[in-house]
Amino acid sequence: MTTTAQPPATPVQPVSPGKPEVPAVPPKVVQRPGDRIFSGSTLAAGILILVTLAAVAIFLVAQSLPAFTADESDIKGDATNFLSYVWPLVFGTVWAAFIALVIAVPLAIMVALFITHYAPRRLAQSLGYVIDLLAAVPSVVYGLWGIGVLAPAVQPVYSWLVENMGWFPLFAGPVSGTGRTILTVGIVLAVMILPIITSLSREIFLQTPKLHEEAALALGATRWEMITIAVLPFGRPGIVSASMLGLGRALGETMAVAMVLSPSLIVSLVLLQSQNPNTIAANIALNFPEAHGVGVNILIASGLILFVITFVVNFISRAIVDRRKAFSGAN
Amino acid sequence: MSKRIEVKDLKVYYSSFLAVEDINLTIEPRTVTAFIGPSGCGKSTFLRTLNRMHEVIPGARVEGEVLIDGDNLYAQGVDPVLVRRQVGMVFQRPNPFPTMSIRDNVLAGVKLNNRKITKTDADDLVEKSLRGANLWNEVKDRLEKPGSSISGGQQQRLCIARAIAVSPDVLLMDEPCSALDPISTLAIEDLIEELKNEYTIVIVTHNMQQASRVSDRTAFFNIAGTGKPGKLIEYDDTNTIFTQPSVQATEDYVSGRFG
Repeated sequence: MTTTAQPPATPVQPVSPGKPEVPAVPPKVVQRPGDRIFSGSTLAAGILILVTLAAVAIFLVAQSLPAFTADESDIKGDATNFLSYVWPLVFGTVWAAFIALVIAVPLAIMVALFITHYAPRRLAQSLGYVIDLLAAVPSVVYGLWGIGVLAPAVQPVYSWLVENMGWFPLFAGPVSGTGRTILTVGIVLAVMILPIITSLSREIFLQTPKLHEEAALALGATRWEMITIAVLPFGRPGIVSASMLGLGRALGETMAVAMVLSPSLIVSLVLLQSQNPNTIAANIALNFPEAHGVGVNILIASGLILFVITFVVNFISRAIVDRRKAFSGAN
Repeated sequence: MSKRIEVKDLKVYYSSFLAVEDINLTIEPRTVTAFIGPSGCGKSTFLRTLNRMHEVIPGARVEGEVLIDGDNLYAQGVDPVLVRRQVGMVFQRPNPFPTMSIRDNVLAGVKLNNRKITKTDADDLVEKSLRGANLWNEVKDRLEKPGSSISGGQQQRLCIARAIAVSPDVLLMDEPCSALDPISTLAIEDLIEELKNEYTIVIVTHNMQQASRVSDRTAFFNIAGTGKPGKLIEYDDTNTIFTQPSVQATEDYVSGRFG
C-alpha cells in the first residue's frame, strides 16, 4: 500500500524574522535530508509520468479536432464522416485483441501453473527463460513469421473448418486462400502477449502463501483442487492485471497486424474469410506515409480513440479487481 | 468417528538425513495426546507423518508403519488425499482462505471432489461445525464476510470448524495456540476439551502448562544434538510425565532445567 505523504502541520502565518516565536503547539516533525530527497524524487517521478500522459493527450486532442468535422471528400473509402470511418477500425482492434486474449490467457495460466506447481525444478527454470525470451522477439519478426510460416500452415485447417463447420457463423465461408485472416492475426498476437501474461502469472502463483496451500492439502484436496481453492483465487487480481497488460499490447500492436492482414474497412465477425477488419494501429502505420492535410488529423483522431479504448479497458479491469477487494487476501 | 493410532518403528528422512528415529507409540481413541520437546526435535515432523502432510516437503519420506484402526497409512496404494480426509489438521498459524467467505471456508473440505450438497444441508453443516468450534455466536451474522476479517483467535477456531466439518477420525494440531493471545488460547483449550468426546486429538505444544491442562497422555521428544535424529524419550500419562517421569531428561525439560 502506498500512502501519500502528509505535509507537517506547521502554522501558516509568516514568521517575522528576528522575533523569537513561541514554538508551535504540535511539535514540528523532524525532517531528515534522506527522507526529503527520497520523497522529492518519487514525487518528481510521479509528476513526470502525469505530465507525459497529459502532453500526449493534449497532442492527440488538439490534432484530432479537425477530423471530427472533416469533409466527406477528405475521408478515405466510402465513409461519410469520421465516426463511420473509425468504427470498423475500432471493431477490428477490439476483435483482434479479444481473439488474442481468449487464446493467450488460458494458455498462459496453464503454462504458469505447470512451471510453478507441476514441472520439476530444472525444467521449470529453463521453461521460464524460454518464455521470457519470447518477449524479446521484435514484433516485425512475429509479423514475418505470421505471413511466412503460420498463415500457410493454418490455411488447410481453415479450409477444413469452413467445409465441415461452416454452419457455425464464425467459420462461414468462403475461406481465405492465403490463410492471412483475422484469426491468424489473433494467433500471432496471442503468441506475442503470452510471455508477459505467463511471467506475471508465474510470479503471482509463487506468491501464494504456503499456509493456504497446506490448508487445502490437509483438507484432503488433490493437487488440482488445491490449485482451484488456494492458488487461483489468491492470484485472481494478478491474473486480471497481467491479462490487461497483455491486452494493452495486443490493442496497440502495429507491425504484426499490418503485415499479416490485407485489410478492408468492414465490420465482420467471421474469422476465416479473406476480407478482414483492420486495426487502428495498423491502419495508422499503413496510411500515414501518404496522408496529407485533414487525412493526417483523421489518423491521429483514430489514435485518440485507441487511447480512449485502452483507458476504458484499464478502468474496467480495475473495477473487476476492486469488486472483491475484501476477499483478495491482501489483509 | 474416533480411531486408535498405532505407530510402529517409524523413521522420517529428509532426503538422506534421518530426522526422527524409531518411534513406537499407541494413541487411544477419544483422548488428547500432547507432544512436547525442544524446537527441532522432530515433533511437528512426526505429527505430519500421521496424515502424510510431510510429503508436501520435498525429499521427506517415511519408513515404518502408522496404523489407524489397523489400516496402514503407508501401505501400497493408499491415497494420501483420502488419508487427509480421515485425519484433519490445524496449523500453527491460522490459515482460513482469505478469498472465501466464512461460510465457504467451513464448507471448503466438504465441497472437494465435487461432492454435491444441498443448501439446507450446507447451512446445517456450517452451523453445526461452527457451534462445534465455539464460533457460531460470534460469526453467525457475518457468514458472508471474508475468512480473514475476523480476529486471529476466531480464525483459528474457524480452521478447526473447517477441519471438523469433514468429520475426520483424528484431529492433529500443530502448536495451534502459539500465534494467539491468552484469552483466545483459553478458548481453544476449552474447545479441545469438548472435541475430545468425539475425536482422537494429537497436539504439539511448546507450552508445558497447556500440555498439562489439555492432554491425557504426553510424549516427550528430544534430540541429542544438532544433526542427530529426534527421538521419543518417554510416553506416559500426562500426570506421570509432569510429576514423576522415569527419565532424567524428561524431568529436566518439564521442570525447566533443560540444557
